[in-house]
Amino acid sequence: MSGIFQCLNFAGQLRAEDGSWLLGVADSVWVRLSSLLLFQHYNTRVVVLGALLLGVAAGMVGCFTLLRRRALVGDALSHATLPGVGLAFLLAPLAGLDGGSRLVLLAGAAASGIAGAVAILFIRSLPRLKEDAALGIVLSVFFGAGVALLTVVQQSPTGRAAGLDRYIFGQTASMTADDAWLIAATAALTALLIAGNFRSLTLLCFDEGYASAQGYSIPLLDLLLMFLVVLITMIGLQAVGLILMIAMLVIPAAAARFWTNRLLVMLLISGLIGGVSGFVGALLSAVFADLPSGAVIVLTCGLLFFLSLLFGGERGVLVRSLRRRELAAAIDREHLLRGIWELREPLAERSAAEIDRRAASFDELLSLRSWSVGRLRSQIRHASAEGLVWLNSEGAVELTRRGVMEAERLVHHHRLWELYLITHADVAASRVDREADAIEHVLEPELIARLEQLLLQRQRSGGLPASPHQITGVSTQAAGVSLQEGQQS
Amino acid sequence: MTELLDWTWQYDGVILLTGILCAVAASLPGNFLVLRRTSLLGDAVSHAVLPGIAAAFLLTHSRTGVSLFVGAIVAGLLTAVLMELIRDIGSVDEGASTGVVFTTLFAAGLVLIVQAADAVDLDPGCVLYGALEDSPLHTWRAGGFEVPRVTLTLAGVLLLNLLFVVLFFKELLISSFDPGLATTGGYSARLVHYLLMIVVAITAVASFEAAGNILVVAMFIVPPSAALLLTTRLSRMIWLSAGIAAFSAAAGNFSATVLPRWLGYRSISTAGMMTLCVGLCFLAAALFSPSAGVVTGWARRLGLSLRILCEDLLALLYRREERGAAGVSGASVDWLSKKLLCSQRLLLLAGWIQQRRGNLVLEGQIWRLTESGRRAAALLVRSHRLWESYLATEGVGPERIHRQAETLEHYTSEGLRNRLDAGTADGAVDPHGSPIPREDEFRIPPV
Repeated sequence: MSGIFQCLNFAGQLRAEDGSWLLGVADSVWVRLSSLLLFQHYNTRVVVLGALLLGVAAGMVGCFTLLRRRALVGDALSHATLPGVGLAFLLAPLAGLDGGSRLVLLAGAAASGIAGAVAILFIRSLPRLKEDAALGIVLSVFFGAGVALLTVVQQSPTGRAAGLDRYIFGQTASMTADDAWLIAATAALTALLIAGNFRSLTLLCFDEGYASAQGYSIPLLDLLLMFLVVLITMIGLQAVGLILMIAMLVIPAAAARFWTNRLLVMLLISGLIGGVSGFVGALLSAVFADLPSGAVIVLTCGLLFFLSLLFGGERGVLVRSLRRRELAAAIDREHLLRGIWELREPLAERSAAEIDRRAASFDELLSLRSWSVGRLRSQIRHASAEGLVWLNSEGAVELTRRGVMEAERLVHHHRLWELYLITHADVAASRVDREADAIEHVLEPELIARLEQLLLQRQRSGGLPASPHQITGVSTQAAGVSLQEGQQS
Repeated sequence: MTELLDWTWQYDGVILLTGILCAVAASLPGNFLVLRRTSLLGDAVSHAVLPGIAAAFLLTHSRTGVSLFVGAIVAGLLTAVLMELIRDIGSVDEGASTGVVFTTLFAAGLVLIVQAADAVDLDPGCVLYGALEDSPLHTWRAGGFEVPRVTLTLAGVLLLNLLFVVLFFKELLISSFDPGLATTGGYSARLVHYLLMIVVAITAVASFEAAGNILVVAMFIVPPSAALLLTTRLSRMIWLSAGIAAFSAAAGNFSATVLPRWLGYRSISTAGMMTLCVGLCFLAAALFSPSAGVVTGWARRLGLSLRILCEDLLALLYRREERGAAGVSGASVDWLSKKLLCSQRLLLLAGWIQQRRGNLVLEGQIWRLTESGRRAAALLVRSHRLWESYLATEGVGPERIHRQAETLEHYTSEGLRNRLDAGTADGAVDPHGSPIPREDEFRIPPV
């Protein structure tokens, strides 16, 4: 396979570029690192700052494409800029311009990027073809055309010298001060465009229908968003290469999404992640000479994404599983309290003195629901730590005074919902227990108030409504059901 | 001809064959990528196999052989699993998880390759460009023949893909359109998905060397998309996509041979030209597909509005005669275009069509109905007034019946007219009091 490995040692290696100063400095990594951190070397300063700014700008634009569910648009558009570069080089002499000049090439890249954006919108409007096909077609066809053009350009006497290959592979390490300035200017322009169109872009991402009802033109806004992507890609491509550009447009935004639900905060975090990745990646590859900087930037980005995925404060995996566990624990506790209360409900009618003594043995509770011994035990432990139950002298689990109050509140909710299901939702009395079980834990106070108003007018004033069904555990429910149905008929 | 193109079978024939094999092999699984709305998986996997290949190389130090495919398959599966994992546990959308996974894996592959760089000669860009032109140069000896290695590999891959599509046709079909049904049907949609990913990874790796990344990604996506515009039957779509892929590969190869000569360059990337050709095929399908093409749709709408204009033209002249200001028959183009609210040019076209049909004659600047034109117009007016009567009896307000009848009259056959006639109480005049022309009075007498 002559080809496969010959590829892609592109993303530049700082040592090759910066070898002269490296030789002059002591060999130890620490000395190199400290000298880098202090930005003693102009070249490193330029490269690191350029990568940082690019990361910030791409991170911010990426937020909008991500929320528009078009994260890979950067993939397509960055490929789509290529034929423009080749065409600009070939056609510029006809217009009396220098085909090798950076501005001409960038203009060509921008033009074909925008043509790619229009093509995406066109293909998406065709029947049966969806977004993904539109992106894929534009990506591959434009890039193929670009490659064909570049092979032609390479044959012209000036073409080889112009180094158009850089537009595909990118060379972070060879970034010059001019490149860095261009990146800075473009980043500023991007930030301005985003700030100026913040409201309309937000609407585009979150509520397309409302945006168009407000009189915004959706295709125009889409084009604006894609123009932003083209702008970033255009300057990023030659600096860092294709794949890296795609990564910087997608990964920081996707990572930022784990931290917040607010767009503005997400923009900032995404910019920060992009910037940090650019900074750290460029720095690392300057320290360790055989790490290609482009790849290291992507890997840093990927690492930050992974950390965000796990530890993100809003939607991170850890936070969400913690929330789920908390909810599950709260539900178990409510089941325990209500279980004890209902098991001893007949007591309430027998003797007023015994009202406060509501206790149930462990075995009784265990047979009440399908919970394991361990789960029930830990639940009892938690509840007793909270002062809701205590283990009395007979070894039974007894509700404390606060426990009784809490349990009554829960029973109240449960029965209200059962009553509601029977009277208003036409659910059979034999089934309401289970359905109420599912909803009772998440009833809002306002809803409870409304349910009370709706249902309790004809109930006896004060006290709890009676259960509409026989109180049984899960395991004995089948017997209860048949009894219930007998009574009903 | 062959002398003119400097064509030799040993050289150009092999390039052509290799290109076609690669294109068709990629287009087969591509159909399912497009249908599952995961077209970019082809792109993602073909990038993400890089670390697998690099690792395989670092372990075996062999640039050919099975280990590369094993590495690619592992990496391809890893991509699929990681993407699903990130999508599900992180609730990230499909595109974002694709983007995250393939760029990160690609970067990891890059780092690995740079570590191995000392051992191999590096030529940037060949993964992207492909070296289709070199395919005849590396050969294997098989049964006394020198067989180009990549061509043989690609033939094997094509066979594999064909078998995959044929053997798993039903599973692929159902799991592409309704994963839930597939699962209730007793096989796992996820398993089919992973199999597809393996096939995509193998195809990508096999095509890398021959055709480069671009060509294989293009052939995954573009021919099936074009085929989807042309048909809605899966089996037909697959054959069509294979045909389009083969045709564009051949056309691309041809243009890569011919074009540079015309333009005075030495050569042009064959893979690039093939991609360009398949792009043009897609454009042609998008514009001219009978059911979905932009131009065909536009032409159909134009044809319909022209037909309606032709009919309205006759009806207007008929009504003008009927109103019967003495001596008034026929009308000028100017007057007609004002009345019909259309441009003069379009009206002239409509008039010309009706003249050709013998329904109109042009006398000076005035168009007059001929006898057959009068007959056709009378039937149209009859449809119109019958509809008005019918709509009035159905309780549609008098201010709305004209507009509705104006639309309906153009879609009314003789049978429907008679049924309308039977369904309305008074067959002589419409709700506005105009007489309804009778069917037999104007029917063209049998010759």
